Amino acid sequence: MRHDHLITSKQLSRADIETVLDYAAEIDADPSAVADRHAGTVLGLLFFEPSTRTKMSFETAMKRLGGDIVDMGSVESSSVTKGETLADTVRVIEGYADALVLRHPKQGSATMASEFVDVPLVNAGDGAGHHPSQTLLDLYTIRENAGLDDLTIGIMGDLKYGRTVHSLAYALTNFDTRQHFISPESLQLPREVVYDLHQQQDGTGIREHDALEEVLPSLDVLYVTRIQRERFPDENEYQKVAGEYQIDAETLEAASDDLTVMHPLPRVDEIAPEIDETDHAAYFEQAHNGVPIRMALLDLLLSDDAGIRGDGDE
Amino acid sequence: MSNGHDHHDGNDDHELRVSKIRDGTVIDHVHGGQALNVLAILGIDGTNGEEVSVGMNVPSDRLARKDIVKVEGRELSQDEVDVLSLIAPDATINIVRDFDVVEKHRVERPDVVESVLSCPNPGCITTGDEPVTSRFSVLEDGVRCSYCETIVRDEIASLIDT
Ligand SMILES: [Zn+2]
Repeated sequence: MRHDHLITSKQLSRADIETVLDYAAEIDADPSAVADRHAGTVLGLLFFEPSTRTKMSFETAMKRLGGDIVDMGSVESSSVTKGETLADTVRVIEGYADALVLRHPKQGSATMASEFVDVPLVNAGDGAGHHPSQTLLDLYTIRENAGLDDLTIGIMGDLKYGRTVHSLAYALTNFDTRQHFISPESLQLPREVVYDLHQQQDGTGIREHDALEEVLPSLDVLYVTRIQRERFPDENEYQKVAGEYQIDAETLEAASDDLTVMHPLPRVDEIAPEIDETDHAAYFEQAHNGVPIRMALLDLLLSDDAGIRGDGDE
Repeated sequence: MSNGHDHHDGNDDHELRVSKIRDGTVIDHVHGGQALNVLAILGIDGTNGEEVSVGMNVPSDRLARKDIVKVEGRELSQDEVDVLSLIAPDATINIVRDFDVVEKHRVERPDVVESVLSCPNPGCITTGDEPVTSRFSVLEDGVRCSYCETIVRDEIASLIDT
């Protein structure tokens, strides 16, 4: 793996993904081995949209590598309100930090920002675009629970605006997976994403559905996302579909005993709390996996000997 | 197919409706109705005194109706020709010197067009005040924003940044 920036999951090959996942597993097993690896290193956190979890997870990861963070604070209190461009902001913070993490409401913001800086930049969400570090922790969780080959995965909920969904779907095309996309018609995958999935794979591994029961028994993994009420122009329209995409113990009676249920969190009412205590639930584990994954990722991006455990070393 | 004497071939009745030029470029076989978009792509709006003749919806053998654009005193650059291909994929470019066509070629689709189209996605970073020029990759059947990845298949002409 040798990338200066991590902008989209599309840029990741199967080998890249395995490098990060394997290294994250090593770190997970023995975090003390990398505790001082990046003493003196500073990570710049630029969150133009609130995201407490992703931000804290990067912050924790950097500190566990022995480094530190600088945080531009909330958008309201920053120079953004004075009209500074993103291009200027990243060029300024680049002078303070050895790497940058960017969350921004506009699509393509990370691509643009990366053109203005020399330090590694990680896209932590660009509007409805991409969120590749989330994808890596999703893949890590899937691999731990179900393996990444000969995998049947259902991805359900708001597939239209869900950047985590798009990123995950691209990355999964590197593996032997069958992907079932389950959503109300109004929240189907954007045609652009379908186009890309067909480009990356021959398309035979991809199916779209509007009802979970059609595919539930065949699934190894069910990845649930939140259907956002505010996406619907009409509350009645929301009420009509919302119930169909919520799962509880009764729903899962039709599922395999080995089904792994995931969710990028936060959830509202998509997954009933009664599922939390079952072997199906992997969403909290998924959230915890964010730290070792981001430690692995930051170390790989920040080390001159990039590919530290990667392609060249074996 | 006569070469170098386009203005004398079988179509001249129609082509004569727009005046011959001494030196410059004739853009022929533009799809009917696209001539003004061709001018827009070339950044020609007449304010710089360019001498331009436009024929719109003239009968053609190759296209049912075609537009034709003649620009006096200007030879198109390859970049300009590339971009033209997005809205006029069948166009032929005739370079005229001293009333003779000295070069004649078809347009070819480029891989990328920069600073020509603006992204239609209001959520795209290029639509704000950032110091960034638009960039689109050219697909078989459309163009795609290199930043937000939005694909545009129809109405490419409406994205022309004028
Ligand atoms: Zn765009």
